[in-house]
Amino acid sequence: MNKTSWFNVVSLTLGFAFLYIPMIILIIFSFNESKLVTVWAGFSTKWYGELLHNEAFLNAAWVTIKVAVFSSTIATVLGTMAAYVLVRGGRFMGRTLFSGMIYAPLVMPEVITGLSLLLLFIGIGLDRGVLTIVLAHSTFSMCYVSVVVSSRLVTFDRSLEEAALDLGCSAAQAFRLVTLPIIAPAVISGWLLAFTLSLDDLVIASFTTGPSATTLPIRIFSAVRLGVSPEINALSTIMIAIVTFGVITASLITKHQMVRQKREEQEAVRG
Amino acid sequence: MRRFFLIAPPFAWLLLLFLVPFVIVVKISLSDAALAIPPYVPKFSWAEGIGTYFGQLDFENFTFLTEDDLYWKAYLSSLKIATVSTILTLLVGYPMAYGMARASSEWRPTLMMLVILPFWTSFLIRVYAWMGILSNEGFLNQFLLWAGIIDTPLIILNTNTAVYIGIVYTYLPFMILPIFSALERLDGSLIEAAEDLGCSRLTAFWLVTIPLSKTGIIAGCFLVFIPTLGEFVIPSLLGGSNSLMIGKVLWEEFFSNRDWPVASAVAVILLLILIIPIVLFQRNQQKQQEAEQ
Repeated sequence: MNKTSWFNVVSLTLGFAFLYIPMIILIIFSFNESKLVTVWAGFSTKWYGELLHNEAFLNAAWVTIKVAVFSSTIATVLGTMAAYVLVRGGRFMGRTLFSGMIYAPLVMPEVITGLSLLLLFIGIGLDRGVLTIVLAHSTFSMCYVSVVVSSRLVTFDRSLEEAALDLGCSAAQAFRLVTLPIIAPAVISGWLLAFTLSLDDLVIASFTTGPSATTLPIRIFSAVRLGVSPEINALSTIMIAIVTFGVITASLITKHQMVRQKREEQEAVRG
Repeated sequence: MRRFFLIAPPFAWLLLLFLVPFVIVVKISLSDAALAIPPYVPKFSWAEGIGTYFGQLDFENFTFLTEDDLYWKAYLSSLKIATVSTILTLLVGYPMAYGMARASSEWRPTLMMLVILPFWTSFLIRVYAWMGILSNEGFLNQFLLWAGIIDTPLIILNTNTAVYIGIVYTYLPFMILPIFSALERLDGSLIEAAEDLGCSRLTAFWLVTIPLSKTGIIAGCFLVFIPTLGEFVIPSLLGGSNSLMIGKVLWEEFFSNRDWPVASAVAVILLLILIIPIVLFQRNQQKQQEAEQ
Protein backbone atom coordinates (compact mmCIF):
# COMPACT_ATOMS: atom_id res chain seq x y z
CA MET A 1 0.00 0.00 0.00
CA ASN A 2 2.83 2.41 -0.61
CA LYS A 3 1.66 4.16 -3.72
CA THR A 4 1.45 7.90 -3.41
CA SER A 5 -0.96 9.15 -5.98
CA TRP A 6 -1.81 12.77 -6.57
CA PHE A 7 -5.36 12.03 -5.45
CA ASN A 8 -4.23 10.94 -1.98
CA VAL A 9 -1.90 13.88 -1.59
CA VAL A 10 -4.62 16.33 -2.60
CA SER A 11 -7.27 14.81 -0.33
CA LEU A 12 -4.91 14.76 2.64
CA THR A 13 -3.73 18.31 2.04
CA LEU A 14 -7.27 19.65 1.70
CA GLY A 15 -8.46 17.61 4.67
CA PHE A 16 -5.74 18.79 6.99
CA ALA A 17 -6.10 22.35 5.74
CA PHE A 18 -9.79 22.12 6.70
CA LEU A 19 -8.86 20.79 10.15
CA TYR A 20 -6.11 23.28 10.91
CA ILE A 21 -6.81 26.58 9.12
CA PRO A 22 -9.63 27.63 11.49
CA MET A 23 -7.38 27.14 14.50
CA ILE A 24 -4.47 28.92 12.84
CA ILE A 25 -6.67 31.91 12.07
CA LEU A 26 -7.90 31.88 15.66
CA ILE A 27 -4.34 31.90 16.98
CA ILE A 28 -3.15 34.64 14.60
CA PHE A 29 -5.98 36.95 15.56
CA SER A 30 -5.32 36.52 19.26
CA PHE A 31 -2.25 38.71 18.58
CA ASN A 32 -4.28 41.37 16.83
CA GLU A 33 -4.10 44.94 18.08
CA SER A 34 -7.68 45.78 17.13
CA LYS A 35 -10.81 44.79 19.01
CA LEU A 36 -12.26 43.62 15.71
CA VAL A 37 -11.32 40.02 15.25
CA THR A 38 -11.55 40.06 11.49
CA VAL A 39 -9.41 43.08 10.62
CA TRP A 40 -5.67 42.94 11.17
CA ALA A 41 -4.31 46.07 12.86
CA GLY A 42 -0.81 45.10 13.93
CA PHE A 43 0.84 42.73 16.37
CA SER A 44 0.09 43.00 20.06
CA THR A 45 -0.06 40.79 23.12
CA LYS A 46 -2.41 43.08 24.99
CA TRP A 47 -5.30 40.59 25.04
CA TYR A 48 -3.12 38.15 26.94
CA GLY A 49 -2.39 40.90 29.45
CA GLU A 50 -6.08 41.66 29.85
CA LEU A 51 -6.78 38.01 30.34
CA LEU A 52 -4.38 37.91 33.27
CA HIS A 53 -6.35 40.67 34.96
CA ASN A 54 -9.74 39.18 34.28
CA GLU A 55 -10.78 37.82 37.69
CA ALA A 56 -13.81 36.02 36.29
CA PHE A 57 -11.77 33.97 33.84
CA LEU A 58 -9.02 33.24 36.35
CA ASN A 59 -11.51 32.02 38.94
CA ALA A 60 -13.25 29.90 36.37
CA ALA A 61 -9.94 28.39 35.27
CA TRP A 62 -9.12 27.50 38.85
CA VAL A 63 -12.52 25.84 39.39
CA THR A 64 -12.13 23.93 36.12
CA ILE A 65 -8.69 22.59 37.03
CA LYS A 66 -9.86 21.55 40.50
CA VAL A 67 -12.84 19.71 39.03
CA ALA A 68 -10.71 18.07 36.34
CA VAL A 69 -8.02 16.83 38.75
CA PHE A 70 -10.47 15.35 41.24
CA SER A 71 -12.88 13.87 38.74
CA SER A 72 -10.22 12.32 36.51
CA THR A 73 -8.51 10.73 39.51
CA ILE A 74 -11.76 9.24 40.81
CA ALA A 75 -12.64 8.16 37.28
CA THR A 76 -9.28 6.46 36.77
CA VAL A 77 -9.53 4.45 39.99
CA LEU A 78 -13.13 3.38 39.39
CA GLY A 79 -12.66 2.90 35.65
CA THR A 80 -9.60 0.68 36.10
CA MET A 81 -11.48 -1.41 38.67
CA ALA A 82 -14.41 -1.70 36.31
CA ALA A 83 -12.18 -2.71 33.41
CA TYR A 84 -10.45 -5.33 35.52
CA VAL A 85 -13.78 -6.74 36.65
CA LEU A 86 -15.14 -6.84 33.11
CA VAL A 87 -12.10 -8.48 31.55
CA ARG A 88 -10.95 -10.75 34.42
CA GLY A 89 -13.92 -10.94 36.75
CA GLY A 90 -15.64 -13.92 35.16
CA ARG A 91 -19.35 -14.23 35.74
CA PHE A 92 -21.14 -12.49 38.55
CA MET A 93 -24.65 -11.41 39.31
CA GLY A 94 -25.61 -8.30 37.36
CA ARG A 95 -22.71 -8.51 34.94
CA THR A 96 -24.88 -7.64 31.95
CA LEU A 97 -26.33 -4.66 33.77
CA PHE A 98 -22.83 -3.60 34.80
CA SER A 99 -21.34 -3.73 31.31
CA GLY A 100 -24.46 -1.99 30.00
CA MET A 101 -23.95 0.83 32.49
CA ILE A 102 -20.30 1.11 31.45
CA TYR A 103 -21.10 1.51 27.78
CA ALA A 104 -24.34 3.48 27.94
CA PRO A 105 -22.84 6.80 29.13
CA LEU A 106 -20.50 6.75 26.12
CA VAL A 107 -23.40 7.12 23.72
CA MET A 108 -25.77 9.02 25.99
CA PRO A 109 -26.41 12.58 24.78
CA GLU A 110 -24.85 15.05 27.19
CA VAL A 111 -28.11 16.92 27.66
CA ILE A 112 -29.73 13.77 29.03
CA THR A 113 -26.83 12.88 31.34
CA GLY A 114 -26.78 16.45 32.62
CA LEU A 115 -30.52 16.66 33.14
CA SER A 116 -30.76 13.31 34.92
CA LEU A 117 -27.89 14.07 37.30
CA LEU A 118 -29.31 17.47 38.12
CA LEU A 119 -32.67 15.94 38.95
CA LEU A 120 -30.90 13.44 41.22
CA PHE A 121 -28.93 16.14 43.03
CA ILE A 122 -32.06 18.18 43.61
CA GLY A 123 -33.93 15.05 44.66
CA ILE A 124 -31.44 14.21 47.40
CA GLY A 125 -31.00 17.87 48.34
CA LEU A 126 -27.30 18.13 47.51
CA ASP A 127 -26.06 21.72 47.14
CA ARG A 128 -24.83 22.27 43.62
CA GLY A 129 -21.24 23.40 43.11
CA VAL A 130 -17.78 21.93 42.66
CA LEU A 131 -18.74 18.67 44.39
CA THR A 132 -21.68 17.94 42.10
CA ILE A 133 -19.67 18.68 38.94
CA VAL A 134 -16.93 16.36 40.20
CA LEU A 135 -19.48 13.59 40.80
CA ALA A 136 -21.00 14.11 37.35
CA HIS A 137 -17.67 14.19 35.53
CA SER A 138 -16.31 11.15 37.38
CA THR A 139 -19.37 9.19 36.30
CA PHE A 140 -19.06 9.65 32.58
CA SER A 141 -15.26 9.70 32.44
CA MET A 142 -14.89 6.43 34.34
CA CYS A 143 -16.62 4.75 31.43
CA TYR A 144 -14.06 6.14 28.97
CA VAL A 145 -11.21 5.12 31.27
CA SER A 146 -12.61 1.62 31.57
CA VAL A 147 -12.83 1.26 27.77
CA VAL A 148 -9.22 2.40 27.33
CA VAL A 149 -7.89 0.19 30.14
CA SER A 150 -9.88 -2.89 29.15
CA SER A 151 -8.59 -2.74 25.58
CA ARG A 152 -5.09 -3.04 27.06
CA LEU A 153 -6.10 -5.79 29.50
CA VAL A 154 -7.59 -7.86 26.68
CA THR A 155 -4.38 -7.88 24.67
CA PHE A 156 -1.89 -8.67 27.40
CA ASP A 157 -0.56 -12.12 28.07
CA ARG A 158 -2.33 -13.60 31.05
CA SER A 159 0.36 -16.19 31.65
CA LEU A 160 2.57 -13.43 33.10
CA GLU A 161 0.07 -12.97 35.92
CA GLU A 162 -0.25 -16.71 36.38
CA ALA A 163 3.52 -17.06 36.55
CA ALA A 164 3.64 -14.48 39.33
CA LEU A 165 0.94 -16.34 41.24
CA ASP A 166 2.76 -19.64 40.76
CA LEU A 167 5.95 -18.09 42.06
CA GLY A 168 4.22 -17.24 45.30
CA CYS A 169 2.77 -13.77 44.83
CA SER A 170 -0.58 -13.04 46.43
CA ALA A 171 -3.25 -11.79 44.05
CA ALA A 172 -2.71 -8.24 45.25
CA GLN A 173 1.05 -8.51 44.78
CA ALA A 174 0.61 -9.96 41.31
CA PHE A 175 -1.62 -7.04 40.41
CA ARG A 176 0.79 -4.47 41.82
CA LEU A 177 4.01 -6.00 40.48
CA VAL A 178 2.90 -7.44 37.14
CA THR A 179 -0.47 -6.23 35.94
CA LEU A 180 -0.26 -2.60 36.95
CA PRO A 181 3.13 -1.85 35.34
CA ILE A 182 1.93 -3.44 32.10
CA ILE A 183 -1.36 -1.56 31.94
CA ALA A 184 0.16 1.67 33.31
CA PRO A 185 0.37 3.45 29.92
CA ALA A 186 -3.34 2.72 29.37
CA VAL A 187 -4.20 3.92 32.87
CA ILE A 188 -2.24 7.13 32.28
CA SER A 189 -3.85 7.78 28.94
CA GLY A 190 -7.21 7.03 30.56
CA TRP A 191 -6.49 9.66 33.19
CA LEU A 192 -5.46 12.18 30.52
CA LEU A 193 -8.59 11.43 28.53
CA ALA A 194 -10.75 11.90 31.64
CA PHE A 195 -8.90 15.11 32.44
CA THR A 196 -9.46 16.64 28.99
CA LEU A 197 -13.08 15.49 28.88
CA SER A 198 -13.64 17.29 32.16
CA LEU A 199 -11.79 20.45 31.05
CA ASP A 200 -13.85 20.49 27.90
CA ASP A 201 -17.32 19.78 29.18
CA LEU A 202 -19.90 22.52 28.91
CA VAL A 203 -23.28 20.82 28.87
CA ILE A 204 -23.06 18.49 31.87
CA ALA A 205 -21.29 21.15 33.95
CA SER A 206 -23.99 23.70 33.12
CA PHE A 207 -26.69 21.37 34.35
CA THR A 208 -24.94 20.22 37.50
CA THR A 209 -23.37 23.45 38.71
CA GLY A 210 -24.78 26.03 41.05
CA PRO A 211 -24.16 29.76 41.34
CA SER A 212 -21.02 29.16 43.43
CA ALA A 213 -19.02 27.34 40.75
CA THR A 214 -18.56 28.52 37.17
CA THR A 215 -16.21 26.51 35.01
CA LEU A 216 -14.17 27.91 32.14
CA PRO A 217 -16.31 26.38 29.37
CA ILE A 218 -19.44 27.88 30.96
CA ARG A 219 -17.71 31.28 31.13
CA ILE A 220 -16.47 31.01 27.55
CA PHE A 221 -19.85 29.90 26.28
CA SER A 222 -21.67 32.85 27.79
CA ALA A 223 -19.04 35.27 26.42
CA VAL A 224 -19.04 33.67 22.98
CA ARG A 225 -22.81 33.82 22.66
CA LEU A 226 -22.43 37.60 22.40
CA GLY A 227 -19.97 37.23 19.52
CA VAL A 228 -16.29 36.83 18.79
CA SER A 229 -13.79 38.63 21.01
CA PRO A 230 -9.98 38.79 20.94
CA GLU A 231 -9.79 37.93 24.62
CA ILE A 232 -11.45 34.58 23.96
CA ASN A 233 -9.03 34.07 21.08
CA ALA A 234 -6.13 34.61 23.47
CA LEU A 235 -7.61 32.19 26.00
CA SER A 236 -8.22 29.62 23.24
CA THR A 237 -4.63 29.97 22.05
CA ILE A 238 -3.32 29.24 25.53
CA MET A 239 -5.55 26.19 25.80
CA ILE A 240 -4.53 24.93 22.34
CA ALA A 241 -0.86 25.38 23.25
CA ILE A 242 -1.25 23.40 26.48
CA VAL A 243 -3.09 20.57 24.74
CA THR A 244 -0.61 20.38 21.87
CA PHE A 245 2.28 20.25 24.29
CA GLY A 246 0.52 17.61 26.38
CA VAL A 247 -0.43 15.38 23.47
CA ILE A 248 3.03 15.47 21.93
CA THR A 249 4.74 14.76 25.27
CA ALA A 250 2.31 11.94 26.05
CA SER A 251 2.82 10.32 22.68
CA LEU A 252 6.60 10.53 23.01
CA ILE A 253 6.41 8.94 26.47
CA THR A 254 4.18 6.09 25.32
CA LYS A 255 6.38 5.47 22.30
CA HIS A 256 9.45 5.32 24.52
CA GLN A 257 7.69 3.02 26.97
CA MET A 258 6.44 0.71 24.26
CA VAL A 259 9.94 0.33 22.85
CA ARG A 260 11.33 -0.40 26.30
CA GLN A 261 8.58 -2.85 27.15
CA LYS A 262 9.05 -4.74 23.91
CA ARG A 263 12.76 -4.99 24.56
CA GLU A 264 12.18 -6.25 28.10
CA GLU A 265 9.66 -8.80 26.91
CA GLN A 266 12.05 -10.06 24.30
CA GLU A 267 14.83 -10.30 26.85
CA ALA A 268 12.54 -12.19 29.20
CA VAL A 269 11.66 -14.68 26.46
CA ARG A 270 15.31 -15.21 25.60
CA GLY A 271 15.93 -15.77 29.32
CA MET B 1 -14.78 -11.83 48.92
CA ARG B 2 -11.94 -9.80 47.46
CA ARG B 3 -13.73 -9.80 44.15
CA PHE B 4 -16.72 -8.28 45.84
CA PHE B 5 -14.67 -5.27 46.95
CA LEU B 6 -13.46 -4.82 43.41
CA ILE B 7 -16.90 -5.03 41.85
CA ALA B 8 -18.90 -3.13 44.45
CA PRO B 9 -17.48 0.42 44.20
CA PRO B 10 -17.82 0.99 40.44
CA PHE B 11 -21.09 -0.93 40.37
CA ALA B 12 -22.61 1.07 43.21
CA TRP B 13 -21.31 4.34 41.75
CA LEU B 14 -22.94 3.67 38.38
CA LEU B 15 -26.19 2.48 39.94
CA LEU B 16 -26.42 5.61 42.03
CA LEU B 17 -25.21 8.18 39.50
CA PHE B 18 -26.32 6.68 36.24
CA LEU B 19 -29.27 4.35 36.64
CA VAL B 20 -31.12 6.05 39.50
CA PRO B 21 -30.97 9.52 37.85
CA PHE B 22 -32.38 7.99 34.73
CA VAL B 23 -35.28 6.42 36.63
CA ILE B 24 -35.91 9.87 38.11
CA VAL B 25 -36.10 11.38 34.61
CA VAL B 26 -38.67 8.81 33.56
CA LYS B 27 -40.64 9.43 36.74
CA ILE B 28 -40.66 13.21 36.33
CA SER B 29 -41.62 12.89 32.68
CA LEU B 30 -44.84 11.28 33.95
CA SER B 31 -45.50 14.03 36.49
CA ASP B 32 -47.22 17.39 36.06
CA ALA B 33 -45.56 20.77 36.02
CA ALA B 34 -46.37 22.98 39.00
CA LEU B 35 -45.39 26.30 40.46
CA ALA B 36 -43.40 24.82 43.29
CA ILE B 37 -39.86 23.91 44.26
CA PRO B 38 -39.05 21.52 42.67
CA PRO B 39 -41.51 22.54 39.96
CA TYR B 40 -43.51 19.35 39.51
CA VAL B 41 -46.16 17.23 41.26
CA PRO B 42 -46.77 14.66 42.61
CA LYS B 43 -44.03 14.23 45.12
CA PHE B 44 -43.55 10.80 46.51
CA SER B 45 -44.51 10.24 50.12
CA TRP B 46 -44.73 6.98 51.98
CA ALA B 47 -47.74 8.18 53.91
CA GLU B 48 -49.99 8.28 50.86
CA GLY B 49 -48.74 4.92 49.67
CA ILE B 50 -47.36 3.73 46.39
CA GLY B 51 -50.78 3.09 44.87
CA THR B 52 -52.03 6.67 45.03
CA TYR B 53 -48.62 7.88 43.86
CA PHE B 54 -48.70 5.82 40.69
CA GLY B 55 -52.33 6.79 40.22
CA GLN B 56 -51.25 10.41 39.81
CA LEU B 57 -48.73 9.70 37.06
CA ASP B 58 -49.87 9.99 33.47
CA PHE B 59 -48.63 10.29 29.91
CA GLU B 60 -49.89 13.86 29.55
CA ASN B 61 -46.43 15.29 28.72
CA PHE B 62 -45.95 12.78 25.96
CA THR B 63 -49.34 13.57 24.39
CA PHE B 64 -48.38 17.23 24.71
CA LEU B 65 -45.21 16.54 22.72
CA THR B 66 -47.23 15.02 19.89
CA GLU B 67 -49.72 17.88 19.87
CA ASP B 68 -47.32 20.81 19.77
CA ASP B 69 -45.61 20.66 16.40
CA LEU B 70 -42.47 22.42 17.73
CA TYR B 71 -41.37 19.13 19.25
CA TRP B 72 -41.89 16.68 16.45
CA LYS B 73 -40.45 19.23 14.04
CA ALA B 74 -37.37 19.45 16.26
CA TYR B 75 -37.03 15.65 16.32
CA LEU B 76 -37.39 15.45 12.54
CA SER B 77 -34.99 18.30 11.93
CA SER B 78 -32.42 16.74 14.33
CA LEU B 79 -32.70 13.47 12.42
CA LYS B 80 -32.28 15.33 9.13
CA ILE B 81 -29.30 17.38 10.32
CA ALA B 82 -27.65 14.30 11.85
CA THR B 83 -28.18 12.24 8.67
CA VAL B 84 -26.97 14.91 6.24
CA SER B 85 -23.93 15.76 8.33
CA THR B 86 -23.04 12.08 8.76
CA ILE B 87 -23.03 11.67 4.97
CA LEU B 88 -20.98 14.85 4.53
CA THR B 89 -18.48 13.71 7.18
CA LEU B 90 -18.15 10.37 5.39
CA LEU B 91 -17.50 12.13 2.07
CA VAL B 92 -14.77 14.27 3.63
CA GLY B 93 -13.39 11.58 5.94
CA TYR B 94 -13.16 8.59 3.62
CA PRO B 95 -10.65 10.10 1.17
CA MET B 96 -8.55 11.26 4.12
CA ALA B 97 -8.58 7.83 5.78
CA TYR B 98 -7.78 6.28 2.40
CA GLY B 99 -4.89 8.67 1.84
CA MET B 100 -3.56 7.95 5.33
CA ALA B 101 -3.75 4.18 4.84
CA ARG B 102 -1.85 4.52 1.58
CA ALA B 103 0.80 6.84 2.94
CA SER B 104 4.23 5.42 3.62
CA SER B 105 4.72 3.90 7.05
CA GLU B 106 7.07 6.66 8.22
CA TRP B 107 4.35 9.20 7.63
CA ARG B 108 1.47 7.32 9.20
CA PRO B 109 2.16 8.07 12.90
CA THR B 110 2.46 11.79 12.13
CA LEU B 111 -0.76 11.79 10.13
CA MET B 112 -2.51 9.90 12.95
CA MET B 113 -1.29 12.49 15.42
CA LEU B 114 -2.56 15.29 13.18
CA VAL B 115 -6.02 13.68 13.17
CA ILE B 116 -6.08 13.04 16.90
CA LEU B 117 -4.74 16.43 18.00
CA PRO B 118 -7.92 18.42 17.23
CA PHE B 119 -9.90 15.77 19.09
CA TRP B 120 -8.05 16.67 22.30
CA THR B 121 -8.55 20.38 21.76
CA SER B 122 -11.60 21.92 23.35
CA PHE B 123 -14.79 21.24 21.41
CA LEU B 124 -16.12 24.67 22.33
CA ILE B 125 -13.02 26.41 20.96
CA ARG B 126 -13.20 24.50 17.69
CA VAL B 127 -16.81 25.53 17.21
CA TYR B 128 -15.98 29.10 18.22
CA ALA B 129 -13.20 29.24 15.61
CA TRP B 130 -15.83 28.95 12.90
CA MET B 131 -17.86 31.90 14.18
CA GLY B 132 -15.12 34.27 13.05
CA ILE B 133 -14.82 32.56 9.71
CA LEU B 134 -18.44 32.27 8.71
CA SER B 135 -19.85 35.61 9.84
CA ASN B 136 -20.87 38.26 7.31
CA GLU B 137 -17.61 40.14 7.62
CA GLY B 138 -15.71 36.93 8.39
CA PHE B 139 -12.67 35.48 6.66
CA LEU B 140 -14.55 33.32 4.22
CA ASN B 141 -16.57 36.25 2.91
CA GLN B 142 -13.53 38.54 2.87
CA PHE B 143 -11.64 35.96 0.88
CA LEU B 144 -14.44 35.31 -1.61
CA LEU B 145 -15.03 39.05 -2.11
CA TRP B 146 -11.31 39.63 -2.57
CA ALA B 147 -11.07 36.78 -5.06
CA GLY B 148 -13.99 38.26 -6.95
CA ILE B 149 -16.08 35.11 -6.66
CA ILE B 150 -19.00 36.89 -5.01
CA ASP B 151 -20.22 40.50 -4.92
CA THR B 152 -22.26 40.47 -1.76
CA PRO B 153 -21.31 38.62 1.42
CA LEU B 154 -22.87 35.19 1.83
CA ILE B 155 -25.02 34.67 4.89
CA ILE B 156 -23.73 31.45 6.40
CA LEU B 157 -23.50 31.98 10.15
CA ASN B 158 -26.80 31.25 11.91
CA THR B 159 -28.02 28.94 9.16
CA ASN B 160 -28.12 25.16 8.84
CA THR B 161 -25.11 25.30 6.50
CA ALA B 162 -23.00 26.60 9.38
CA VAL B 163 -24.31 23.77 11.57
CA TYR B 164 -23.29 21.21 8.93
CA ILE B 165 -19.81 22.72 8.64
CA GLY B 166 -19.45 22.74 12.42
CA ILE B 167 -20.50 19.10 12.77
CA VAL B 168 -18.26 17.86 9.94
CA TYR B 169 -15.37 19.79 11.41
CA THR B 170 -15.71 18.62 15.00
CA TYR B 171 -16.68 15.01 14.33
CA LEU B 172 -14.25 14.31 11.46
CA PRO B 173 -11.71 12.38 13.62
CA PHE B 174 -14.48 9.98 14.73
CA MET B 175 -15.12 9.14 11.08
CA ILE B 176 -11.49 8.92 9.95
CA LEU B 177 -10.12 6.67 12.71
CA PRO B 178 -12.36 3.58 12.31
CA ILE B 179 -12.20 3.75 8.49
CA PHE B 180 -8.43 4.15 8.64
CA SER B 181 -8.04 1.11 10.89
CA ALA B 182 -10.22 -0.95 8.51
CA LEU B 183 -8.28 0.23 5.44
CA GLU B 184 -4.91 -0.30 7.12
CA ARG B 185 -5.69 -3.98 7.63
CA LEU B 186 -6.78 -4.38 4.03
CA ASP B 187 -4.54 -6.66 2.03
CA GLY B 188 -3.18 -4.71 -0.95
CA SER B 189 -2.74 -7.85 -3.02
CA LEU B 190 -6.54 -8.21 -3.23
CA ILE B 191 -6.75 -4.96 -5.15
CA GLU B 192 -3.86 -5.96 -7.37
CA ALA B 193 -5.62 -9.27 -8.04
CA ALA B 194 -8.80 -7.41 -9.03
CA GLU B 195 -6.80 -5.15 -11.34
CA ASP B 196 -4.99 -8.13 -12.85
CA LEU B 197 -8.31 -9.77 -13.50
CA GLY B 198 -9.35 -6.79 -15.60
CA CYS B 199 -11.02 -4.37 -13.18
CA SER B 200 -10.32 -0.70 -13.69
CA ARG B 201 -8.92 1.04 -10.62
CA LEU B 202 -12.28 2.60 -9.93
CA THR B 203 -14.15 -0.71 -10.23
CA ALA B 204 -11.56 -2.39 -8.04
CA PHE B 205 -12.06 0.35 -5.46
CA TRP B 206 -15.82 -0.04 -5.65
CA LEU B 207 -15.90 -3.84 -5.63
CA VAL B 208 -13.02 -4.60 -3.25
CA THR B 209 -11.95 -1.66 -1.11
CA ILE B 210 -15.39 -0.31 -0.17
CA PRO B 211 -16.90 -3.68 0.86
CA LEU B 212 -13.80 -4.59 2.86
CA SER B 213 -13.87 -1.30 4.74
CA LYS B 214 -17.61 -1.58 5.39
CA THR B 215 -17.36 -2.20 9.13
CA GLY B 216 -15.16 0.87 9.48
CA ILE B 217 -17.60 2.98 7.48
CA ILE B 218 -20.55 1.79 9.56
CA ALA B 219 -18.71 2.35 12.85
CA GLY B 220 -17.64 5.85 11.77
CA CYS B 221 -21.15 6.78 10.65
CA PHE B 222 -22.69 5.75 13.97
CA LEU B 223 -19.95 7.49 15.94
CA VAL B 224 -20.93 10.69 14.15
CA PHE B 225 -24.69 10.16 13.94
CA ILE B 226 -25.38 9.18 17.56
CA PRO B 227 -23.79 12.17 19.31
CA THR B 228 -24.94 14.73 16.72
CA LEU B 229 -28.56 13.78 17.27
CA GLY B 230 -28.48 15.27 20.76
CA GLU B 231 -25.95 18.01 19.91
CA PHE B 232 -26.38 21.31 21.74
CA VAL B 233 -23.26 23.48 21.39
CA ILE B 234 -23.05 23.55 17.59
CA PRO B 235 -26.65 24.53 16.82
CA SER B 236 -26.69 27.13 19.58
CA LEU B 237 -23.46 28.84 18.47
CA LEU B 238 -23.50 28.37 14.70
CA GLY B 239 -27.17 27.74 14.00
CA GLY B 240 -29.95 30.26 13.76
CA SER B 241 -33.41 30.39 15.20
CA ASN B 242 -34.59 27.98 12.51
CA SER B 243 -31.95 25.32 13.05
CA LEU B 244 -34.08 23.32 15.42
CA MET B 245 -32.31 20.56 17.24
CA ILE B 246 -33.72 18.54 20.06
CA GLY B 247 -30.75 19.06 22.36
CA LYS B 248 -31.33 22.80 22.14
CA VAL B 249 -35.07 22.41 22.71
CA LEU B 250 -34.44 20.30 25.82
CA TRP B 251 -31.97 22.88 27.13
CA GLU B 252 -34.40 25.76 26.59
CA GLU B 253 -37.33 23.83 28.00
CA PHE B 254 -35.33 23.27 31.14
CA PHE B 255 -33.42 26.52 31.62
CA SER B 256 -35.75 29.08 30.04
CA ASN B 257 -39.24 27.64 30.48
CA ARG B 258 -38.39 25.75 33.64
CA ASP B 259 -40.76 23.02 32.57
CA TRP B 260 -39.03 19.98 34.06
CA PRO B 261 -41.67 17.37 33.21
CA VAL B 262 -41.70 18.35 29.53
CA ALA B 263 -37.88 18.51 29.40
CA SER B 264 -37.80 15.01 30.91
CA ALA B 265 -40.33 13.71 28.40
CA VAL B 266 -38.24 15.20 25.56
CA ALA B 267 -35.20 13.35 26.97
CA VAL B 268 -37.06 10.04 27.23
CA ILE B 269 -38.21 10.19 23.60
CA LEU B 270 -34.73 11.21 22.38
CA LEU B 271 -33.35 8.14 24.12
CA LEU B 272 -35.99 5.88 22.60
CA ILE B 273 -35.01 7.20 19.14
CA LEU B 274 -31.34 6.60 19.92
CA ILE B 275 -31.84 2.97 20.94
CA ILE B 276 -32.14 1.84 17.30
CA PRO B 277 -28.80 3.24 16.05
CA ILE B 278 -27.07 2.21 19.30
CA VAL B 279 -28.20 -1.42 18.94
CA LEU B 280 -27.15 -1.44 15.27
CA PHE B 281 -23.77 0.01 16.22
CA GLN B 282 -23.23 -2.63 18.92
CA ARG B 283 -24.04 -5.36 16.42
CA ASN B 284 -21.57 -3.95 13.91
CA GLN B 285 -18.85 -3.87 16.59
CA GLN B 286 -19.59 -7.45 17.60
CA LYS B 287 -19.43 -8.61 14.00
CA GLN B 288 -16.10 -6.90 13.62
CA GLN B 289 -14.72 -8.53 16.77
CA GLU B 290 -15.86 -11.95 15.60
CA ALA B 291 -14.26 -11.37 12.22
CA GLU B 292 -10.97 -10.51 13.89
CA GLN B 293 -10.87 -13.67 15.98
